Amino acid sequence: MTLTVDDVKRIADLAYIEINEDEAHAALTQLSGIFGLIESMQAVDASNVEPMSHAQSVTQRLREDTVTEMDQRELFQSIAPDVEAGLYLVPKVIE
Amino acid sequence: MLNASLKQLSAQLAQKKISSVELTTECLDRIKRLNPEYNAFITVNEEMSLAQAQAADAMIASGQSGPLTGIPVAQKDIFCAKGWLTTCGSKMLSNFVSPYDAGVIERFNAAGAVNIGKTNMDEFAMGSSNETSYFGFVRNPWDINAVPGGSSGGAACAVAARLAPAATGTDTGGSIRQPAALCGISGIKPTYGLVSRYGMIAFASSLDQGGPMAKSAEDLAMLLNVMVGFDVRDSTSLQRDVEDYAGELQKPLHGLRIGLPKEYFAAGMSSEVELAVTNALEEFRKLGAQTIEVSLPNVPLSIPVYYVLAPAEASSNLSRFDGVRYGHRAESYTDLADMYRKSRAQGFGAEVKRRILIGTYVLSHGYYDAYYIKAQKLRRLIAQDFADAYQQCDVIMGPTTPTVAFNLGEKSGDPIQMYLSDIYTSAANLTGMPAMSIPVGFGEKKRPIGLHLIGNYFREAQLLNIAHQYQQVTDWHVQSPV
Repeated sequence: MTLTVDDVKRIADLAYIEINEDEAHAALTQLSGIFGLIESMQAVDASNVEPMSHAQSVTQRLREDTVTEMDQRELFQSIAPDVEAGLYLVPKVIE
Repeated sequence: MLNASLKQLSAQLAQKKISSVELTTECLDRIKRLNPEYNAFITVNEEMSLAQAQAADAMIASGQSGPLTGIPVAQKDIFCAKGWLTTCGSKMLSNFVSPYDAGVIERFNAAGAVNIGKTNMDEFAMGSSNETSYFGFVRNPWDINAVPGGSSGGAACAVAARLAPAATGTDTGGSIRQPAALCGISGIKPTYGLVSRYGMIAFASSLDQGGPMAKSAEDLAMLLNVMVGFDVRDSTSLQRDVEDYAGELQKPLHGLRIGLPKEYFAAGMSSEVELAVTNALEEFRKLGAQTIEVSLPNVPLSIPVYYVLAPAEASSNLSRFDGVRYGHRAESYTDLADMYRKSRAQGFGAEVKRRILIGTYVLSHGYYDAYYIKAQKLRRLIAQDFADAYQQCDVIMGPTTPTVAFNLGEKSGDPIQMYLSDIYTSAANLTGMPAMSIPVGFGEKKRPIGLHLIGNYFREAQLLNIAHQYQQVTDWHVQSPV
């Protein structure tokens, strides 16, 4: 598999990380090396193996649908970059 | 008091020969004096630590104390602690004062332990040398030109340099065991699911596990007794009967079957590491254990598998850092998407970005099956190898790292060389098995060497027993660089 600078820019765009031309080129070199390492996986045939997503095969616990958290909005918003009247402020999304 | 074991400190506190305030003050004084050189701590808060020490002394006076009451513990800066700056080694969280306690912090608080400060670490625990921290690198107290390992490098340095008697770490691919090995201390990553991940800032959720770092196996057992426990707020926390991890320490090792995977003893480790490991194995034979060769044929795949799964999970976990609810927000931006992009570009360091990019790519349309699913399939083959090996042996041993600590700056420009530092450790994260590192000697320039012990699921007490018996007949664990 060969990565291109455009691939790197597309991935950075998907990941919401701003990246300039120099950074994209530097990232390309490093990511290509890392994917070279990762590529050794493809030599092994695992077509009949069940994927293992977790160390323990446990099922998700269920609980009663009751309130378990108390309201701590003021505490949590005290560390937010920008709040007003209990709301998190972000740039206007809808014109 | 600097070289005392936790058991000794605990006894002196209980008998009121020392107070927690005295012990805490001694640690704070050492940190004040030595931290400017080592940089093991990101945050120290004398007022909050001393308030906890006073409360601990009151607990002891009223007869309400437990084994860790009054003991200072250095907390890795990945654990949210209420009222403490909790940065995870990142600019992204350089202004984050946690509004709540992690499950682990709650348990230490309930035990009356003193939070002596928040230790330095690789940014978001992504690194093997502590050089990716936004707050600067940490020095190895055995040789200040060497790295302490990572990501729990500050924790390992703090214990080795006797700035704190014990510390917490987290281990996603080796982040407790590798720095423990490079700094000549003991550290254990428990079975996945035993230590609560609630409030432990997530890197790769199916691999992350908290654990203790200290001078000896006996100290680790005391710490594990406090750290392990069910937490309803962690969806993968395991509900099990309470276990005394010190319960098997005294058991003789007669008949113990030590498996030596031929893949771990193939070319790759340095001659000084090989010699120290060989000598340690000889010591175990003298203690009555037998060694047998086992094979883990798929284990050489653990690094590629790890570097698909861990970045994939990280890219998802780190999407929460968007500059909206907490953490760094860029000063100027044009619209919402630009705010996300700039905040994340400024808030994350190079290694974190690199892993987010890898993870985003392997999860993206068209590549998911070839990388992510393939890696999960190989993960099962690796786990099966270990299950097969445990049919023939009780514990698996090998080196924790291929070499002693490398020099600061030596590998920081070469991610692949850095990733290979975890070559022996990452399999235990993929399988979820408990694993530990104990000091077994020194190499060039008196840089420490660690022995790696991997146990079967939930056999922490046995691992600690094996390590403790070794530490009864050797003195590597009591040596200190200061």
